[in-house]
Amino acid sequence: MLGVDWHGLITGIRAAWRREISAYFATPLAYVFVSIFLLVLGIFTWDLSRFFDTGAADLGPFFYWHPWLFMLFMPALAMRLWAEEASQGTSELLLSLPVSLSGLVIGKLLAAWTVAAIALVLTFPWWITVNILGPADNPAIALTYFVSLIMAGGYLAIGAAVSALTRSAVLAFVIGVLVAFILTAAGWPLVSGAIASALGPAAGDAVAQFSFVTHFETAQRGVLELRGLFFFFGFIALCVALNTLFISHRRGGAQ
Amino acid sequence: MLELQNLKKVFEEHVAVAGLSFALEKGEVLGFLGQNGAGKSTTMRMIAGVLEPDAGDAIVAGHSITTERRAAQSKIGYLPEGAPLYRDMTPLTFLRFMADAHDLQRGDRKNAVDRVIADARIGDVTGQQIASLSKGYRRRVGLAAALIHDPPVLLLDEPTDGLDPIQKRAVRALVARMAPEKAILISTHTLDEVPAMCSRVIVVDKGRIVADETPDTLAKSKPGGLEEAFIDLADSREAQRC
Repeated sequence: MLGVDWHGLITGIRAAWRREISAYFATPLAYVFVSIFLLVLGIFTWDLSRFFDTGAADLGPFFYWHPWLFMLFMPALAMRLWAEEASQGTSELLLSLPVSLSGLVIGKLLAAWTVAAIALVLTFPWWITVNILGPADNPAIALTYFVSLIMAGGYLAIGAAVSALTRSAVLAFVIGVLVAFILTAAGWPLVSGAIASALGPAAGDAVAQFSFVTHFETAQRGVLELRGLFFFFGFIALCVALNTLFISHRRGGAQ
Repeated sequence: MLELQNLKKVFEEHVAVAGLSFALEKGEVLGFLGQNGAGKSTTMRMIAGVLEPDAGDAIVAGHSITTERRAAQSKIGYLPEGAPLYRDMTPLTFLRFMADAHDLQRGDRKNAVDRVIADARIGDVTGQQIASLSKGYRRRVGLAAALIHDPPVLLLDEPTDGLDPIQKRAVRALVARMAPEKAILISTHTLDEVPAMCSRVIVVDKGRIVADETPDTLAKSKPGGLEEAFIDLADSREAQRC
């Protein structure tokens, strides 16, 4: 169908996913990432959002920080995916394998996404806590978790695509955070309001529609908007396509 | 088994490979010689599908590397220069990854991993992290990975670089064992190894073939033997000054 070599795609996804999962857990990387993420998210929710002072059994103060923390943490998780292949020379090995490049790109992204999913799953004590505090809207919480996971994939896709542009994981992180910041802050009322007052309300709304925050806020209200899902999945597909393009460019001789 | 058809590669202004054509049959072990920058590794990268040729083609076991890349790659075992490996993995997990990437089925995978571990003689280090292995062992792990799918064509870019004499002998013996069933292209700087390993030699200079002989014929072409013949053909001003 559409000339896609599904066999090569699946083989690439499976091989790259297993390799990257092994890399995340063979080193302290995944453990350190998950631990620091949980710690920082806990501090922000507990201290800055004054979780227990709200008097409500909802996870709003907890979910509020997700885009802002993902903006920093997801590029950190994805920064080595392709930059390290280039710096260690293993991209030559990868490019010689009889698998689809898109498969390798998707497999690597899925591996990072798996680590992000584990980090999110380990926030379950917050969910239990709100249920202890009072009657919680569990379907709405489950929906917000789901969209949060999809959004994490979007941030990871940025980090992975940027990582394919450079041999330096640190540079990939810095550029990844910058791109992620733009896509996060565009939906921040302070930014969208400033754009609206300078260029008109339509411009402010248009810019906000490209923000992860805008689409995540809808889910936080317990509403599953197809438009939001299309936005996140479309964005991930765009990043995967760019990532594949950047890697295939190495076949032309660029490193 | 392997046929290069006017293969070319240019990096900006620099012509790395200027239209190479030759054929390699099953049972042949071809020593690919040339000074640094002569175009050996670039040629191997193009055959392996790592680099796209600017012109020409490489036909691997009947498959074009430009139009049937994955089919051609599945017929190639490639040991890149320096044998880059994932340092965080163990040889065993790395070989399993390579078996996955070549889509070997579960039963075949275990047999293939056991076979290449025995062939490359890395059985005593399969559980160690690759980062902790000596250069010689890393090279042998790379060689084992290149053999995992039992390919009919082998591309070995300096396979004995960094190995001690015993390890070199082991690699030479492995190449000799595989030679009857495969077409093998070996890039090397160690001229002493060429008569021991290769049935044919191609010398490249500035991306062009300047000699295509048996090692014996090439060695007899100059009073100084293979080294003198190589220096003469490679037109190395630096070497001639020495």
